[in-house]
Amino acid sequence: MRGITKRYPGVVANDGIDLEVREGEIHALLGENGAGKSTLMNILYGLAVPDAGQILLDGKEVEIASPHDAIRRGISMVHQHFMLVPVLSVAENILLGEEPMAGRVFLDRTASKHRIKELGDRFGWEIDPDKPVGSLSVGWQQRVEILKALYRNARVLVLDEPTAVLTPQETKEIFGVLRKLKAEGYAIIFISHKLYEVLDVADRITVIRRGKVVGQRIPSETDEDDLAKLMVGRDVELTVDRGESHPAQPVLSIANLTVRDDRGHELVRDVSFEVRAGEIFGIAGVAGNGQDELVEAVVGLRHATSGTVTLAGTDITHASPRTLHKMGLGFVPGDRHRFGMVLSFPLTDNLVLNDYYHAPYARGLRRNDAAIEAYAKEAIEKYDIRTPSADVSGGTLSGGNQQKVVVAREFEGELHLLVLDQPTRGLDVGSIEFIHNQAIARRDTGIAILLVSAELDEVLEMSDRIGVMFRGQLVAVLDGRTADREDVGLLMATGGRGGGVQPQTMEEDAS
Amino acid sequence: MEFLYDIPVIGMVIQFVVYVIVQLPVLAPTIMAAAVPIILGALCGFMNERSGVVNIGIEGMMLTAAFVAWWTAAIAAQFLPDLRIGIMGITLPLLIGLALAILAAMAVSAVHAWLSISVRADQIISGTIINIFAVGITGYLNLLISQHSPPSAGQFQALRLPSFLADIPIIGPLVGALIGVGPIALSMLISVIVLQVLLFRSRWGLRTRSVGEHPKAAETVGIDVIKLRYRNVILGGVFAGLAGAYLTIEFGNAFQGEMTAGRGFIALAALIFGRWTPVGAFGAALLFTASIGLQRSIQFAPPEGALGDFLSTLPSQFYSALPYIIVIIVLAGVVGRSVAPAAVGRPYERESKAA
Amino acid sequence: MTAATAPKRSLWRRAWDVSLLPAIAIGLALIFGAVLMILSSPLIGGFDLFLPITAYKALLQGSVGSLNSIVNTLVNATPLVLAGLAVGIGFKGGLFNIGAQGQFLIGAMCAAVAAIALNDASPWVAVPVSIIAGMLGGMAWGFIPGFLKAFRGAHEVVTTIMLNFVAIYLVSYVISGPMRGTGPEVTFARTDAIVAAELPIIIGRNGHLGLLFAAVAVPLAWWLLYRSTTGFEIRTAGANPDAARYAGMHPRWLIVLTMSICGLLAGLAGASEILGEVGYMPASYGTTVGFDAIAVALLGRANPVGILFSALLFGAMQAGAGQMQVEAGIPAQMVAVLQAVILFFLAAESVVRRVLKVRTAGTGLGTELQTVSRSYGEQATR
Repeated sequence: MRGITKRYPGVVANDGIDLEVREGEIHALLGENGAGKSTLMNILYGLAVPDAGQILLDGKEVEIASPHDAIRRGISMVHQHFMLVPVLSVAENILLGEEPMAGRVFLDRTASKHRIKELGDRFGWEIDPDKPVGSLSVGWQQRVEILKALYRNARVLVLDEPTAVLTPQETKEIFGVLRKLKAEGYAIIFISHKLYEVLDVADRITVIRRGKVVGQRIPSETDEDDLAKLMVGRDVELTVDRGESHPAQPVLSIANLTVRDDRGHELVRDVSFEVRAGEIFGIAGVAGNGQDELVEAVVGLRHATSGTVTLAGTDITHASPRTLHKMGLGFVPGDRHRFGMVLSFPLTDNLVLNDYYHAPYARGLRRNDAAIEAYAKEAIEKYDIRTPSADVSGGTLSGGNQQKVVVAREFEGELHLLVLDQPTRGLDVGSIEFIHNQAIARRDTGIAILLVSAELDEVLEMSDRIGVMFRGQLVAVLDGRTADREDVGLLMATGGRGGGVQPQTMEEDAS
Repeated sequence: MEFLYDIPVIGMVIQFVVYVIVQLPVLAPTIMAAAVPIILGALCGFMNERSGVVNIGIEGMMLTAAFVAWWTAAIAAQFLPDLRIGIMGITLPLLIGLALAILAAMAVSAVHAWLSISVRADQIISGTIINIFAVGITGYLNLLISQHSPPSAGQFQALRLPSFLADIPIIGPLVGALIGVGPIALSMLISVIVLQVLLFRSRWGLRTRSVGEHPKAAETVGIDVIKLRYRNVILGGVFAGLAGAYLTIEFGNAFQGEMTAGRGFIALAALIFGRWTPVGAFGAALLFTASIGLQRSIQFAPPEGALGDFLSTLPSQFYSALPYIIVIIVLAGVVGRSVAPAAVGRPYERESKAA
Repeated sequence: MTAATAPKRSLWRRAWDVSLLPAIAIGLALIFGAVLMILSSPLIGGFDLFLPITAYKALLQGSVGSLNSIVNTLVNATPLVLAGLAVGIGFKGGLFNIGAQGQFLIGAMCAAVAAIALNDASPWVAVPVSIIAGMLGGMAWGFIPGFLKAFRGAHEVVTTIMLNFVAIYLVSYVISGPMRGTGPEVTFARTDAIVAAELPIIIGRNGHLGLLFAAVAVPLAWWLLYRSTTGFEIRTAGANPDAARYAGMHPRWLIVLTMSICGLLAGLAGASEILGEVGYMPASYGTTVGFDAIAVALLGRANPVGILFSALLFGAMQAGAGQMQVEAGIPAQMVAVLQAVILFFLAAESVVRRVLKVRTAGTGLGTELQTVSRSYGEQATR
């Protein structure tokens, strides 16, 4: 790829990027969120059209206007957000677009099954082709994604943050697969912002920052500090300075909590733990193991089937979100577009989303716009929200600034407990640092914090204590400062009972 | 059996059920005839919604087609020789009317496709526009043309079944209700079966389902989402065209303003209740129109005793409103629930905006 | 972007921004109508290239040509304002109220029933009681789909349409059955004449009290939406029901409340029509107010002030349609065609902008309504 440039309104996502990938190598593309990695790969895959630059394949310039073109030229991609259709079966998902046909109209089902089996056998995976993809665990969905890419006879394989939601063990397995494919002669582009992963698996590393290539390295000639500096553009603390914690009395107590969904499946099973004032309790787990439901039950968005939740001595098992907010619970939701903000509303309205109804923001039924605006100005300054004014709609801000709006709203007031669900997902390093530091500052004022994150590193770095969730159960509670990455990963993958063996047959998701 | 009828309330329910079962063969043709345009409308909705486009403009498409079928057939009949094919009352003018009705509905569908897919306008607004426009334009032209009162072109006739088949008790009338019908009703029956099979067994069906559920995933494996949606929405117009033509040149023999009377919307409800499958919509539509058959039956052959007295004291308006009430009850989830294709109602943007 | 917090530009500048595209859409629709008239002129009285001029002139005269026509426009606009608000507030709450028609009919019927019962009472009693009866009737008819959506997952687009038909038959039954009039003037299925509850004329030949209702409803609706906490809740639940729940609001009850308010307004429209304009309730009331209201709300972009202006426009078209039919032979259905075409060009706004190179900070028609279409995909999943 030569001189690739892509502009979006307000930003230059790619600015004259050159990238060269050879046969039989794993080439890592390193950069923080928003640096332009995904845009570059979308261009390569025909999902975005560059404003300038060219793509060469085997030395010849090619035009890739759609994924169809890319596939035809042997380029396949595993996307950061799985591109799988949940209601379709594994076989249908893998074969979609290149279906084996019996005649001109109908699908050839026997040939389909045969091909899927062949594919799975290459890696020793036992595939059930008829299972709906939506019922699979994240790890298996990832495998299906990879098979899907390979089925298309790719020569160039792009993997966009393939390890983001995996356990360390699953990551290792994926790396094994990548090395195997490398030996078979594939050209592999591996996108990540995790330094140690890149150092582990890549043959060459290209670092991009704000849409530009800022350097190229070979793993043996570099280290994490060097890469981090290159990636962010300044010296950064790689680990959060979480300092000493002084936990006091329990603030949040959860006892035998069980949550069932509409169909009666137990999503959270008999979970008990306490979060004390002045400590961060982190929950680690592979996505879909009941963390979302646990959080929703705590913050009043989901009905608990049995068990109790207590906040500062009061039973809040069936309390409404508003009652909880009044009692001093702040909640940064995992999906800020869905829960955290109304994107079409101005920042003023978003900043008082759960305080709009009482003084000084309202008198009786009447809103007090002057008070709301005054408060918004203050919050924008205090939380360093970069916005032209308080009146622009939330949707116009960058992800980092949107999250700061949510944080500004939830970190204020008289707090006892903060629930942080994926607080830094998809944010740039600056915003991540800001939010982490704010959280630790709140902890040090004696607030209890419950942190849930799919990023194991975040849980390891921030937490004073770590709980691991597996299939709806809390399988272990560890000390946050001494917990070992591998151990936690193993607990996440097996719940501590599998003895370290990766399941090779298709298991269903717990939820 | 009849001694049971004397039990208060329950007896009446039992008698009612028995009455319906006995009357069913007699009712079947009426129910079927009323269901045909609803099922065809539902097939139009099926083609749209399975590929991720909401279509509440079916009503307007049907009305447009009904108008075009009626008037073009009438005009053709004035200028063309009365060529008869000999079965089902098929004549050249009627075929011309049918063909143009289908084309008209496809043209309206193309507008809907353009607004929903290319312009990415709100799909429900697009459908609303179609409905308002259809009422206006057909009413406007109908008033102008009917001043010149051209003669009618007649209508399609039902297929006459051989007597050995029609005479079998119970089965005969039921089979007759299904296939002893006109060409449009027959095409509906075939379409339901063909679409059902294609949806789950064909490449088209698989791709359509993927586009309706997760268009981005479909795009990343090289499927042209925009093209497939266009094709399906426009082809869906064929069924709305058939439904409209059915009203004016097969089921009835006249055009009136707003004559579709909400059938396009009942079709949508049938689609939802039928879990977005052709066969399901077929069954749902029959349930909705059963009340129409019931009304006629109670008029001509009321059950005996207290039940008959009770049923005939209900005002005629009650029976007229019954299909709509059944739709509401069914949608309110008394009977079950169904899940729409996940991407329905969301315009697809090919290039993601985020950096 | 809400009116309350819009950037502080000059009022004129904002008015220009907001009304330019609707004005273009109206202009394009008039051109479309003209072409249609010319094409259909052979059916009317021979090919006539100038038929549109005759027709539009008659339309203009019939709507604003004299005091009486202006009052006529206002009278026609009144139910459109009220029913338009009934649809528009629904839009703000993420609901597509296609049921304004049914709510209007039930409101009209309830008002008529009360008015007939109070025919011997003092107007000071009869008028308010009949009006309230109409509002309550409409409210009940709005409550049903609201409740079904909130608690049973039935999408309002389908249920409100079904309820429109149920309303037609219910009115037909009540008016041709128990409420059928006995007076000498009753020559078809209708009630007796409404006497005591008849709305007083306040301006011109037929400008009744209902005009005031509409005039008051607009600022009231605006205040509700943009200045009250309840309105904030309605808008939040409309824009993002999940966020509303998270923020401690009750989106389900807000759906019920919003639909009830919508029904109340449409019911008031029905009551005002029957008591102020018609004077009795017919068993089959051939009106399209509820459907025109959708066009009004869309053209007014669900904003009460916008709804006022678009109702005046459509009211004027209806007021002039009669004269257009008499003088140019153009059937009144032309108005519906024009409405649809206006909406078409508004829906295709992005294309109109591109082709005509318009640059204003317009607000998209779709953004208000995205939740409506999206929720359609989620119906019955609960």
